[in-house]
Amino acid sequence: MIQIHDLHASVGGKEILRGISLEIGPGQVHALMGPNGSGKSTLAQVLAGHPGYEVTSGTVTYRGKDLLEMEPEERAQAGVFLAFQYPVEIPGVSNAYFLRSAYNEIRKARGESEADPLEFLDIVEGRLKLVDLDDSMLNRSVNAGFSGGEKKRNEILQLAVLDPLLAILDETDSGLDIDALRTVADGVNKLRRKDNAFLVVTHYQRLLNYIVPDRVHVLVDGRIARSGGKELALELEERGYDWVTAEQGVGGAALT
Amino acid sequence: MSTAFAEQFGTTRPEGPAWLAAVRERAMASFQAAGFPTTKNEDWHFTNPSPIAEATFEPMRPPRGGLTTDHLTPWLFGETAWPRLVFVNGRFSPALSRVDVIDGITVMSLAVAYREEPSLLERHLTRQVDTEDPAQVFGAINTALMHDGAVIHVQKGVSAKAPIHLLFLSDADAAGGSSQPRVLIVAEPGSQATVIEQYAAVGGSRYLTNAVTEAWVGDGATLNHFRLQQEARDAFHVGTTVVRQERDSHFVSFSFATGADLSRINVYAGLHGPGCGATLNGLYMLGGSQHCDHQTRIVHFEPNCYSRELYKGVLDDASHGVFNGKVYVHPAAQKTDGKQTNNTLLLSERARIDTKPQLEIFADDVKCTHGATVGRIDETALFYMKSRGIPNNEARKLLTYAFAAEVLETIPIDALREGLERLTLERFTGTVNS
Repeated sequence: MIQIHDLHASVGGKEILRGISLEIGPGQVHALMGPNGSGKSTLAQVLAGHPGYEVTSGTVTYRGKDLLEMEPEERAQAGVFLAFQYPVEIPGVSNAYFLRSAYNEIRKARGESEADPLEFLDIVEGRLKLVDLDDSMLNRSVNAGFSGGEKKRNEILQLAVLDPLLAILDETDSGLDIDALRTVADGVNKLRRKDNAFLVVTHYQRLLNYIVPDRVHVLVDGRIARSGGKELALELEERGYDWVTAEQGVGGAALT
Repeated sequence: MSTAFAEQFGTTRPEGPAWLAAVRERAMASFQAAGFPTTKNEDWHFTNPSPIAEATFEPMRPPRGGLTTDHLTPWLFGETAWPRLVFVNGRFSPALSRVDVIDGITVMSLAVAYREEPSLLERHLTRQVDTEDPAQVFGAINTALMHDGAVIHVQKGVSAKAPIHLLFLSDADAAGGSSQPRVLIVAEPGSQATVIEQYAAVGGSRYLTNAVTEAWVGDGATLNHFRLQQEARDAFHVGTTVVRQERDSHFVSFSFATGADLSRINVYAGLHGPGCGATLNGLYMLGGSQHCDHQTRIVHFEPNCYSRELYKGVLDDASHGVFNGKVYVHPAAQKTDGKQTNNTLLLSERARIDTKPQLEIFADDVKCTHGATVGRIDETALFYMKSRGIPNNEARKLLTYAFAAEVLETIPIDALREGLERLTLERFTGTVNS
């Protein structure tokens, strides 16, 4: 699905990602963990094409294509989705209009016919249940006046409607109470298929109790310090990030 | 430079009653004494009216006819049942109008009102417009030369069910001419009415509309006034709305401006009794080399009144917007609650806004705020939309629409709001969508 090779990226001249290599195959869920400031969100934003980050070297191949050459909207149309850590409020644009525009752009890119408002409503109605949102939210402005939990559930609703091949969840669990966390995780689990993949970025292990990853990577100081199975997340929970950070010095030295 | 209007005044037989002839004389005299304002005049600092002064407009030629109700369709918001007065090139058109008898409400052309409502006119016509103020010479010109227009009189305690639509059209025969439409609205105590005053063109040309609307809003009455300036892109438009509010009355004004090459719109509300509310909202959307200047003035004379003002602008290309909003709070006007906001979105490096929210407060126990913002498209929101697959151009247009839509949302008449939202959406996206 996606191969990231030796990716370096910086913001304002400061290097944040310092050589990341990662490969995610179809049907897989990878978790990306790490302490604050390790570069987790930067990687998520770089993959989505945020213009504020400069990729200085490395490659990202998505389904055989050079992802870094694509505009953010082209990436989305090709099936890449980023659930934002801080979903953006857009007063004046209704969720229904926003979501239908996005849905139709993606369909157009796939050479499929556009859905009219009624057809689209049918599609959305089913997805709303998945994240326990009321259809009255469709007439409200995108994220405007939404609670933190509503915003995160709206991200998962968009994910469910747009049906991407590669979904990146950037700290979707932060700020959620346990019930909302379970709702979001259940939604994601129902969307897992053999032909799609997830990269779950999180600071805490608790989300991974509900979304069980195939692989766990620990990002420290812009590099992947350790990779392993789902048990790595539990080990981190128990021993904290300091444990990996301490080893990072040794591992990093060994690499060079 | 002021000779064209003076000549017109000298050669036109003044219409209306004798008392009005004297008022017209005084108005013309004060215009001739003052001449057209220059940018040295504080109220005209950002708008130079010399293109109007130098154009020497003739009285507008009557239309050759040929306009049918089909031509009105773009301007009716799908509401053919609303009572409407239609004017073409400044003249009332009975054939295009639709005025049923409405209980308790008089809606007629000014020319008819001269005959049928002389005492109403004597009480109210020309009472609100200050023709002595050198900044207000366009009001003086209109007073001197007004020919036709509309008179709306809502009786005590009567609530108008449907909006009253005044449609001022200019056709191709308007070229080189000026019209001086006059609207008088009298809302007696406890009454409620909504008036949509619309200026538009069928076929483009260079002409001048110099309009004046004066309204008296009696004790406890409510007047909603929607003013749409959608003139031909080569035209000039000067419009002045002056409203006097009595105790516990409400005035809600909306100015929508997308037309004309050069336009100047004045909205003046005087809150003369306690317990009044005035809401002045507006949206101007300009492109090309259009220039549009809004001057608003809210004067709080009495205590316990509120005023709310939100004007938004979207400026593209080399267009130039001006917003000058004044709020005066007189010493007696304690407990005044005033809020004024002007937000402008610039879509081009060459577009320009001069914004000047002004508060002058002479009372000590008031709550007044004002503010202005000038900005460009929100890049964070733009990235968010693109990350969902919406192309850059579409996302920009949608965000622009959203910026404008915030103020359109304040319009309580569904057909009008939806009509203006559709116009705005089409302007920025070229598509019709719900």
